[in-house]
Amino acid sequence: MSTLAYTVSDTSTMLRRQFKHMLRYPSLTFMLVGMPVVFLLLFVYVFGGTIGDGLGGPTGGREAYLTYLTPGMLLMAIVAAVQGTAISVAMDMTEGIIDRFRTMSIARVSVLTGHVIASVIQSFLCIAVTLGVAVAIGFRPETDAVGWIGLAAVLLLISFGLTWLTVGLGMAAKTVEEASNTPMPLMLLPFFGSAFVPTDSMPTVVQYFAEYQPFTPFIEVVRALLFGNPVDGVDLGLTVAWSLAFALLGYVISKKKFNKR
Amino acid sequence: MNTQKPIAIEARNLTKSYAEKSVLGGIDIAVPEGTIFSLLGPNGAGKTTTVNILTTLIPASGGDAFIHGNHVVGDADAVRKSIGVTGQFAAVDGLLTGRENLHLMGRLHHLGKAETKRRTEDLLERFDLMDAAKRAPATYSGGMKRRLDIAMCLMGDPKVIFLDEPTTGLDPAGRRVVWSIIRELVKGGTTIFLTTQYLEEADELADKIAVLDGGRIVAEGTPEELKRLVPGGHVKLRLHRGDQVAKTVQVLAATVSDTDPLGVQVASDGSIESLRRILDTIDREGIEVDELTVHTPDLDDVFLTLTGHTTNLEAAAAAA
Ligand SMILES: Nc1ncnc2c1ncn2[C@@H]1O[C@H](COP(=O)(O)OP(=O)(O)OP(=O)(O)O)[C@@H](O)[C@H]1O
Ligand SMILES: [Mg+2]
Repeated sequence: MSTLAYTVSDTSTMLRRQFKHMLRYPSLTFMLVGMPVVFLLLFVYVFGGTIGDGLGGPTGGREAYLTYLTPGMLLMAIVAAVQGTAISVAMDMTEGIIDRFRTMSIARVSVLTGHVIASVIQSFLCIAVTLGVAVAIGFRPETDAVGWIGLAAVLLLISFGLTWLTVGLGMAAKTVEEASNTPMPLMLLPFFGSAFVPTDSMPTVVQYFAEYQPFTPFIEVVRALLFGNPVDGVDLGLTVAWSLAFALLGYVISKKKFNKR
Repeated sequence: MNTQKPIAIEARNLTKSYAEKSVLGGIDIAVPEGTIFSLLGPNGAGKTTTVNILTTLIPASGGDAFIHGNHVVGDADAVRKSIGVTGQFAAVDGLLTGRENLHLMGRLHHLGKAETKRRTEDLLERFDLMDAAKRAPATYSGGMKRRLDIAMCLMGDPKVIFLDEPTTGLDPAGRRVVWSIIRELVKGGTTIFLTTQYLEEADELADKIAVLDGGRIVAEGTPEELKRLVPGGHVKLRLHRGDQVAKTVQVLAATVSDTDPLGVQVASDGSIESLRRILDTIDREGIEVDELTVHTPDLDDVFLTLTGHTTNLEAAAAAA
């Protein structure tokens, strides 16, 4: 077998291991899926009426807000899923078996890629459940097949980038507690972007920050794709660039941490 | 010992320090293929550090180490292909079952489905883990976890095996089981690097022992060679006739035993020459002897003499 074939084989072995862990320890997955759903319901049913009126669309109210909020909630679903990634990576690194892997002739990166792929799949699970709940309470996406494929591709890219980043954070953390804290700022970023309200309603300083942080282009691209609107080229470029930069950063950190013991 | 055999494990002037603290002060090791080498030392001696360097887990600060001629840093992957490691702390996946842990190893060794299955069932059987195969190691006893751990390191059929304190924390029966596993492996031509705090264990298993203390090898040799390094050996004679005691004391420069009026002790290193001299004298002088026992110093004496302090012997003795 070639090196590549070994890497693929070892990655699929590690992925199976992660799946088994998820099945044996399902509470973490439930918690991760639950978070964006709770956010969605909370914002739509508790704040939605008032915020929706403030948006000034033709209908206003709860329905208008659900339409505005859902794209951001899909990003929240990814952010929620990757919180779990850092924790499970850090927890895994405390397991004795990792040292055994280090003394074996395996594709070392497979320990990490196993985590990444499992976590991306978990992200999509979170996205699917969140979108499902949104549709169940009245959200109506308006897009065609190409839009759906584009949406899936963009969400895949973003979750790939954020997952590698949090794998890096999990590897860099000295304790599991630290790993559960360091990705927290990611949870806040959608709030300081266009997820909950349009950025032009914010004070100038916040607006400035919102414009240049990664989640605003993420959310705007997803929003455009969900409603079949043309995607802004700059936003798309920024989304690709940020995602790849996150992935690269996370990859470099994790690889370095994994090889240095 | 047969020195013609190729060297399986070699370390040359290996050093390791953390910050300013020196943990290994330049050790040399050469283990011929198919033999058991034991690194014996108390807590903090540097045993695990040595194992970690030899198994490519951490780099040395200085010196070189080779497994079957492959450098542990330069040819790390080749080294990893030929070794199996059972570390001091259980290296099993706590969330997978015993059987799944072995399957995981088989897949990582790219054995193929059928072979993985065959080896897994064989190891479960050999290590008496069949009943526990469907349970997670979290529910295992210490001895079962150890056995699973060793079984996992055997999945890839390694030529060189490192065992870091494989019997610490096991009861005497569990220890015997691990010992017999080790003996069986060596019969099949495997080279074994074993660390232990128990002199009895090194004495029992090893072809060659190195005593490690404070990051330095303070003595090295077969168990017998080490015992001979230490004074305190003697031959005990039990005489038939009380009236010959005084004469014996005189001709053999012996001392009378404190506990037995018919017993005398003669200083001896236990070597053949020394025994022959004693027997010749007994014959010549017509001394009638009922019983003769040779007392070589045991490894406990060796350790005390070499390092100036004792090991956790009480603990070992209490457990045995
Ligand atoms: N990462 C580290 N940083 C600093 N010092 C270390 C580190 N790892 C080990 N040491 C020190 O190196 C010395 C040797 O440790 P090592 O674990 O090799 O001992 P050991 O012989 O295996 O002991 P034990 O019987 O307790 O397992 C100890 O004094 C330990 O404190
Ligand atoms: Mg140790």
